[in-house]
Amino acid sequence: MTAEPFQISRPLPRPSPFSRPFWEAAKRHELLIQRCAKCRTHIFYPRYNCTECGARDLEWVKASGKGTIYTYTVARRPTHPAFADRVPYIIAIVELEEGPRLTTNIVDCDPDSVRIGTPVEVAFEDVNEEVSLPVFRPA
Amino acid sequence: MSFRGRAAIVGVGELKPARYTEGETTIGMLAKAGMLAVEDSGVPFEEIDGMLVHPIAEASFLVPSTMAEFLGLKLNYAETVDLGGATGAGMVWRAAAAIAEGRCNTCLCLTGARREQRAGGRMGWGGMQDRSPYAEFESPYGAVGANFGYAMIANRYMYEYGVSPEQLAKIAVQQRYNACANSDAIFYGEPITTEDVLGSPVIVDPLHMLEIVMPCAGAAALVITSAERAAKLKNNPAYILGAGERLTHKAITYAPSLTDTPIKAAAAAAFDMAGVRREQVGLASIYDCYTITVLLSLEDAGFCGKGEGGRFVEEHDFRYHGDFPLNTHGGQLSFGQPGLAGGMSHVTEAARQVQGRSGERQVKDLEFAFVNGNGGIVSEQASLILGRNR
Repeated sequence: MTAEPFQISRPLPRPSPFSRPFWEAAKRHELLIQRCAKCRTHIFYPRYNCTECGARDLEWVKASGKGTIYTYTVARRPTHPAFADRVPYIIAIVELEEGPRLTTNIVDCDPDSVRIGTPVEVAFEDVNEEVSLPVFRPA
Repeated sequence: MSFRGRAAIVGVGELKPARYTEGETTIGMLAKAGMLAVEDSGVPFEEIDGMLVHPIAEASFLVPSTMAEFLGLKLNYAETVDLGGATGAGMVWRAAAAIAEGRCNTCLCLTGARREQRAGGRMGWGGMQDRSPYAEFESPYGAVGANFGYAMIANRYMYEYGVSPEQLAKIAVQQRYNACANSDAIFYGEPITTEDVLGSPVIVDPLHMLEIVMPCAGAAALVITSAERAAKLKNNPAYILGAGERLTHKAITYAPSLTDTPIKAAAAAAFDMAGVRREQVGLASIYDCYTITVLLSLEDAGFCGKGEGGRFVEEHDFRYHGDFPLNTHGGQLSFGQPGLAGGMSHVTEAARQVQGRSGERQVKDLEFAFVNGNGGIVSEQASLILGRNR
């Protein structure tokens, strides 16, 4: 009896009823986020209610796609087996111009020159026909 | 009504951490640690009428009844606690509250994990079954496990306040010194230097390998009973004087701040409830998955001001005979991280120290110990004050 090789594929998003518009927009290379119709707070990730005031009246708006690197790390060893051939790669939290933060990868950037506060803009990584992931590159 | 001083830790059971436990079950390991704790407490087995346990992979639901049946316990109070690294500390105050409320009189708290060499995917985040926002918005970017998150916290801390690699390394070095007085520690007998820490490979910038906890297998259990019952037992009680808890996020992305943590609220609540001042604390038993976690915890628990952590580390001696004994069992960095028994190790160590039975590494004249449990990526926080007297 021989064991099958242990294959672990890259984790990919499975849209929920709340997040489907976000991922559909990403396929069109657009970054949509939610905004509370009552208190005007921008929200990320997509939710049912406003995390600031509790209102259940969130609308979709197009984000500018601009932000800054709030913090980052350079993975010198893979953080997940599917990323083994990517090292070194940058995982970062980007603060969008509209306020919310998101976790992403910084692309088109030398891992040794990435800095907190660097202005970045959204780009899209087309993983397959179903999924495009918002990533960011130095603006 | 507060449960301050109305319950105490009277028994401790702990399996020596191991790299791997081939063929073992978590259920079996919890049972072994649990029975060690019962034996240690001197409470007759049939008196155990409460139990707390955490989710375990091999029993996907009904975990309390699974463990009660396996052990043969008849319980009036049972539940799971699911707070990651804060689970152990979170169990302690739940047990105390249940005892003070009369739900049970003596509560067994169980934590632990098996570990097998072939098993891969230890964190289980991002699998096909996981429909949490985490799996959808973090994992696709390789934001999996915990290393990357603490690295991002460390970089942000360095940007906002500054701390030198040598200051962070000192935490790992002095905890290793303490582990060399604990023969159960996985790195017992292997002292390290600042040069060793800074010379070890960078795994995720800026964290070196020796600043990162090593997962292993093990189990730890407590017996907690009422103050009245504790007074009639052979061991000195470690009274539960204060507790606080706070959680605000799961993924670090959505934390209100990366450097101002929920530890602050949890610790403040514990100190307030206990009526104990920071300078009265003789032992800090602080969750240490990474060196940066210790630094943030020292600041947010109020032992020094925000941004002063680096200097505090430099100015204090964290060895068990030093001026600020910290993680005298070696911390998880040197004791090992046997799943959720890693977080519990901060409780078991504080309890034994307060009980005055820590042997070579006993802290002298110890009156109060501060414990902090930290789950996820500085997410769930549970703080305790344990004391020698009520």
